[in-house]
Amino acid sequence: MSLQFNNEQMTEFKRLVAHYPEGKQKSALLPALNLAQDSFGGWLPTEAMDYVASLLKIEPIEVYEVATFYSMYNLKPVGKFVFEVCQTGPCMISGSDNIIAYIQKQLDIKPGETTKDGIFTLKLVECLGACGYAPMMQVGKIYREHLTKEKVDAIIEEYRMQVVALN
Amino acid sequence: MGVKLLLEKANVPGIRTYDVYRREGGYTAAEKALKEMSIEAIVEEVKKSGLRGRGGAGFPAGMKWSFIAKPEGVPRHLVCNADESEPGTFKDRYLMEFLPHLLLEGLLISSFALGSNDTYIYIRGEYAWVADILEDAIVEATKNGWLGKNILGTGFDCMVHVHRGAGAYICGEETALIESLEGKRGNPRIKPPFPAIQGLWMRPTVVNNVETLAAVVPIIKMGGVEYAKIGVGRSTGTKLISACGNINKPGVYEIDMTISVEDFIYSDEYCGGIAGGKKLKACIPGGSSVPILPANLLLKTAKGETRYMNYESLSDGGFATGSMMGSGGFIVLDEDQCIVKNTLTLARFYRHESCGQCSPCREGTGWMEKILQKIELGKGESSDIDLLWDIQRKIEGNTICPLGDAAAWPVAAAIRHFRDEFEWHIQNRELSQTSNFGLQHYADPIHVPA
Repeated sequence: MSLQFNNEQMTEFKRLVAHYPEGKQKSALLPALNLAQDSFGGWLPTEAMDYVASLLKIEPIEVYEVATFYSMYNLKPVGKFVFEVCQTGPCMISGSDNIIAYIQKQLDIKPGETTKDGIFTLKLVECLGACGYAPMMQVGKIYREHLTKEKVDAIIEEYRMQVVALN
Repeated sequence: MGVKLLLEKANVPGIRTYDVYRREGGYTAAEKALKEMSIEAIVEEVKKSGLRGRGGAGFPAGMKWSFIAKPEGVPRHLVCNADESEPGTFKDRYLMEFLPHLLLEGLLISSFALGSNDTYIYIRGEYAWVADILEDAIVEATKNGWLGKNILGTGFDCMVHVHRGAGAYICGEETALIESLEGKRGNPRIKPPFPAIQGLWMRPTVVNNVETLAAVVPIIKMGGVEYAKIGVGRSTGTKLISACGNINKPGVYEIDMTISVEDFIYSDEYCGGIAGGKKLKACIPGGSSVPILPANLLLKTAKGETRYMNYESLSDGGFATGSMMGSGGFIVLDEDQCIVKNTLTLARFYRHESCGQCSPCREGTGWMEKILQKIELGKGESSDIDLLWDIQRKIEGNTICPLGDAAAWPVAAAIRHFRDEFEWHIQNRELSQTSNFGLQHYADPIHVPA
């Protein structure tokens, strides 16, 4: 098996499992999948799910049924940065439609697609609990709130610069 | 200024850290509870306080605690519901982000009262940075002897664990949350057995909302009787309201439940009025699942009395002319908003979040979304409104968990109060694509303060 946690990731995995009583290690499945997704390029190939199943000593099907249920797990490859833009009621009445249209235009992709350079993925999501700071989107661990067209431009530029800096 | 019990210190610089929280009087309630009070006395104070669950259902917290089974040799668990996902609601996030130790103190007292040695905070996966803040606070609290073994020399052990979800509204329902905490899909369980008897890992479990558990701190500090004096009737204490939509000052506000809806919307201390000087059209006062109310029924009840921001007043008139306090997610819509479009986004939300277990909800939420989409796109037929009504009626009450009701109510209320706007969309297919119905049917009766 080629996909494996490195030492640091394995330490974190063990810390997650230690939260639950002996024999109840399946409880760590959601946190473990979060870790796996972060560790293996932002998505969960079958191989990653099978690996998590082997670590938790559960059947692969128990992992698949969970991975397909929760919206945060990506079952297909995604770009380096995923723009998860909220489109539910409170964001909609605060102008999220315009923001979504603008991001589509600037990145030249539709919701669910990834830019050709593999940097950005656009994903439309339901309420993220930032209704008072709408319109908003989540990128990785952080929320980008009070979005305007200017802010979207700045954010896209910011992440492009990050990629340049990494290369 | 209304009384503040939870957010009083929210603006103190550094209050997120243990040292500042402690210096500002933090953990004194925990000290009092663990050193001076018996378990029965703590539960009694919470009962006397009249505290009602702040997650949305409003069930008396003390009574919920008293249901927990105590079989010999079986561990019990307290689980903090931080899955906050009801559209319009972002109060728990605020509380955890800025006052993590207040929640931990509430968790410690509550865990002691319930006999939970391992307490879990189930936090929605998207609040990843908030989970980090909580983890840091737990490390600090443990280092200072408030969590861990033999707390304050009482012999009581308690550890708080943060468990991140992965994106599912349904996990806010307590039995779905428990399933998810066990590493499964968030499918709600059939009750009974209730979690208080067989919950997490089939052990007795109490699930309480973040705000409910934080409120235990002031209740222990001031006593249940004093706490109950704040507010009115069965709406005791303070409530966090997350206000959003077309208002000047969206944000999280602590209110004492004696303020009128009108003052809450228009006073500078709270929402600061409708943004851009526009008129108020409608409001969803308690999170997206509660009935939407047009401005005239929001500010005054059907009897013409002032409506207040509390459990009883917001539900005055039942679903015919009233709504609910719910989770405190207060969504304000101005005159330019389209009720059909707004209802469509909520129907889409509930279709997306239905776990798929019960047919009425799994199928019905999809049908409602499709029909609303059709009307919104100018392809609606006059029979569609009755069809929508029929579907929502067949979902409500016919599912294992309340998600079915939550999906049905917004559609029902939108048709009940804004049927003319739906009809206008259907009769003016082309016009509805370029303009909004606006305030047409409220031209006169709408109440707009000077």
